[in-house]
Amino acid sequence: MELFNYILTIMPMMLTGLVTTLHMYFWSAIFVIPLAIFFAFLKVSGPRPIRWILNVYTWAWRGTPLLLQLMVAIFGLPTIGINISNKFAVAAVVFCLNNTAYVTEIMRSAIESVDKGQYEACQVLGFSRVWTILRVIIPQSIRIALPPTCSMMINLIKDMALVNIISLMDLTRSAYIISNRDSTISPYVIAFIMFLLITSVLIKLFGVLEKRAMRYD
Amino acid sequence: MSQEVMIKLVDIDKSYGEVQVLKGVNLEVMRGQTISIIGPSGSGKSTLLRCINKLEAINSGYIEIEGITVASANCPDHPMASAAQVKSALGKTGMVFQSFNLFPHMTVMQNLIEAPVHVKKIPKAQAIEIAKEKLAEVGLSDKADAYPSKLSGGQKQRVAIARALAMSPDVILFDEPTSALDPELIGEVLDVIKGLAEQHMTMMVVTHEMGFAKEVSDRVIFMDNCNIVADRPPQEFFSDPDHPRIKAFLDKMLTKHG
Ligand SMILES: Nc1ncnc2c1ncn2[C@@H]1O[C@H](COP(=O)(O)OP(=O)(O)OP(=O)(O)O)[C@@H](O)[C@H]1O
Ligand SMILES: [Mg+2]
Repeated sequence: MELFNYILTIMPMMLTGLVTTLHMYFWSAIFVIPLAIFFAFLKVSGPRPIRWILNVYTWAWRGTPLLLQLMVAIFGLPTIGINISNKFAVAAVVFCLNNTAYVTEIMRSAIESVDKGQYEACQVLGFSRVWTILRVIIPQSIRIALPPTCSMMINLIKDMALVNIISLMDLTRSAYIISNRDSTISPYVIAFIMFLLITSVLIKLFGVLEKRAMRYD
Repeated sequence: MSQEVMIKLVDIDKSYGEVQVLKGVNLEVMRGQTISIIGPSGSGKSTLLRCINKLEAINSGYIEIEGITVASANCPDHPMASAAQVKSALGKTGMVFQSFNLFPHMTVMQNLIEAPVHVKKIPKAQAIEIAKEKLAEVGLSDKADAYPSKLSGGQKQRVAIARALAMSPDVILFDEPTSALDPELIGEVLDVIKGLAEQHMTMMVVTHEMGFAKEVSDRVIFMDNCNIVADRPPQEFFSDPDHPRIKAFLDKMLTKHG
């Protein structure tokens, strides 16, 4: 009973943390898939300079630690005169660009795994290159790319703990502060359960998407 | 039957890197003819078809479709027609593949109307009417809303034929249309092609079905060693194989399928 009352008293702070984490996740995640599809499309069909730029982008963002990328954006950029006051937005952009780099590569390899007979059928029917990619290749690639993309999006929720760096009172930080203050493990347990709930909802959501994408099997 | 030349190949050379696949091939296909192309594996049958609709580029020679030069290499006397003319001439060729290549994420109906609507700019309602007609022709009117994965191999290939027909082609190229099918499904596809032959659709059919070649085609072409070795009416071709390679090939086909 005592434990229950204690949980009730810390719940508002934990829930505020949860909302902050979800808020950050929303802005980090919402543009990932459309951007990744667009970048992957440009990577297979775009003009050479754009392909080159995108190759550098995915190489650099996948090849360095996310924490370091956040540090550069939050602490590094101001030292060279780029000082954006909205740290929340800066962090969201870094999360987004980092995740997009991975999903772009997932999408690109999915596009390349579509049977080459599909391209030939399109060519024989007189489709343009762009029409072929948009109407025939990308819909089939999305289906192939969906399961690994789902894993990336679930990873992203766990990366949210890194917002510690901008002293945002997210779920992880709230648990840490309360636990320190009250010398108890309960806030961590609550944080664990909340993360599990979020990832379960995400898995369910992607499950529905995958089912939709599989409807023609 | 008119003797209008539909497709003309002159001195075609084609190689993949060092490997020569076609060497000095000449061929004329008349409107309304059904031509069977047979020959051992690797003799260049698929390549010949794929050069005609420019899935492959030729190294030398030129190709005309209905008098339009659609491909030309090392032939200054026969330059390629304008891009628009080439596009329009190629638009009159359809192709049916061994592996069907239907669009798996589209229903049968969507497979059939996608190109008419977006390439030929036919109004959608009209494209649907045409598609229904073609589905009826291949005996699959009840499958319009099915996804390809729900169809048997024979049904898939009939849909692929209907998809080609929906573009109202003047000539259809078939590359081993029945080779991926279970034996009991081959007949239904050959029957559809036979029906087209009776309507005098111009067709070039690469096939291993000797019965079909004998019964349906106007000419049988035998390819070997990068070239056409024989080009004769089926009765002559099968009753009097005048070339040892042809005889050996036919003996082998007969023991395999007989
Ligand atoms: N894209 C390619 N790159 C390199 N070599 C190729 C390519 N396509 C075909 N070849 C080679 O060209 C030759 C002729 O191939 P082609 O597919 O035209 O033969 P085919 O008569 O259709 O044989 P099959 O009966 O096996 O289908 C073969 O030796 C083949 O290995
Ligand atoms: Mg072949």
